Amino acid sequence: MEETGGVKLLGFWVSPFAQRVKWALKLKGVQYEYIEEDIYNKSPLLSKLNPVYGMVPVLVHNGKPISESIIILEYIDEVWKQAPLLPQDPYERAQARFWAKFAEEKVRQSVWEAMCSSGEEKQKAVKSAVEAFEEFEKELKRRGTKFFGGETIGFVDIVAGCISYQLAVHEEVGSIKILDSSRFPAISEWIKNFLNHPLINEGLPQKDQMFAYFSKRSKEIASRKMSHKTA
Amino acid sequence: MNPVHKKIPVLIHNGKPVCESLIIVQYIDEVWHDKNPLLPSDPYQRAQARFWADFVDKKVYDCGRRIWATKGEEKEAAKKEFIGIMKKLEGELGNKPYFGGEDFGYVDVALIPFYCWFHAYENFGNFKTETECPKLVEWAKRCMQRESVSKSLADPHKVYEFIVSLKKKLGNE
Repeated sequence: MEETGGVKLLGFWVSPFAQRVKWALKLKGVQYEYIEEDIYNKSPLLSKLNPVYGMVPVLVHNGKPISESIIILEYIDEVWKQAPLLPQDPYERAQARFWAKFAEEKVRQSVWEAMCSSGEEKQKAVKSAVEAFEEFEKELKRRGTKFFGGETIGFVDIVAGCISYQLAVHEEVGSIKILDSSRFPAISEWIKNFLNHPLINEGLPQKDQMFAYFSKRSKEIASRKMSHKTA
Repeated sequence: MNPVHKKIPVLIHNGKPVCESLIIVQYIDEVWHDKNPLLPSDPYQRAQARFWADFVDKKVYDCGRRIWATKGEEKEAAKKEFIGIMKKLEGELGNKPYFGGEDFGYVDVALIPFYCWFHAYENFGNFKTETECPKLVEWAKRCMQRESVSKSLADPHKVYEFIVSLKKKLGNE
């Protein structure tokens, strides 16, 4: 029986974490109300709904809040059974959870760190990012399917999907090069297929706006690091 | 068995490896689903359990490590942070016997293994968790009455000795 009780999503326009939730809801055809939060000027609503971290995304379903994007994805998959994101088999589910965690902690995180750092730290971060991409490439090749989830988009695709539209911007802002298409053909192909899906490509933030935002953020982070060093 | 991270734990079931402790716990809960379920059946309650287990995963080990691995101001900050984390968890526990409610559950499984590290953290950080978070320690002692817990947790004194020798190895005394 389809749940139609009120669904709200608190997000931030450029947040890759909120984007994961938008994709999941869209793929399952779930209607929701989107609430844009200014994360630099947090509303009392956000603090009330996510008292532990005060971050987006927060999904509110029937008045009850759920936080942390990957946990929200699992919740969505359990409540709305159409277009399943996780496989049925427990072992395959464990693999999907493993690679989703890897995509978040090693792939996305390392690119972010490489963008925001400089000098030796940057070199180390780029090396980590490339290593993470190598593992990801190996796994994609091993599966040999269009998406991580198989022939349709699944859990891992959604979690890793932020690199499809943000990686190029991060590379430009950070003056780094990680995704060499000759070195990572499977990932490059996967990105093309992922962005080709109309529900995935729809409503993504504009490249120039992302560039301006990440440039500013990157400078802020760099100057904070400098002040910690000299303090 | 864990070519990606080269870390333990790794569960090997029917020859196939599963890695990352909370992922393994969920796997175990799904495969052996008819006995003592760890996650609740309601999706919202499951999301809450996953949230708090994730909180434990993100915060406890790293903060605890900073207590024994650093000194001076950094150590003091880590100690304060650790107490803050435990207080938050104590708040979430409330008046329930376990994080899982009446039954020992997913969040209990995620947190109780750190109890045998408390003695080491307390020694290095010069504090007593029991003074700061009495209800949490009450919970831990309740868990320790379960054979599955008491028989699997390491001896706290051995953990302390292990960290002492680890610090020596790292040149970190």
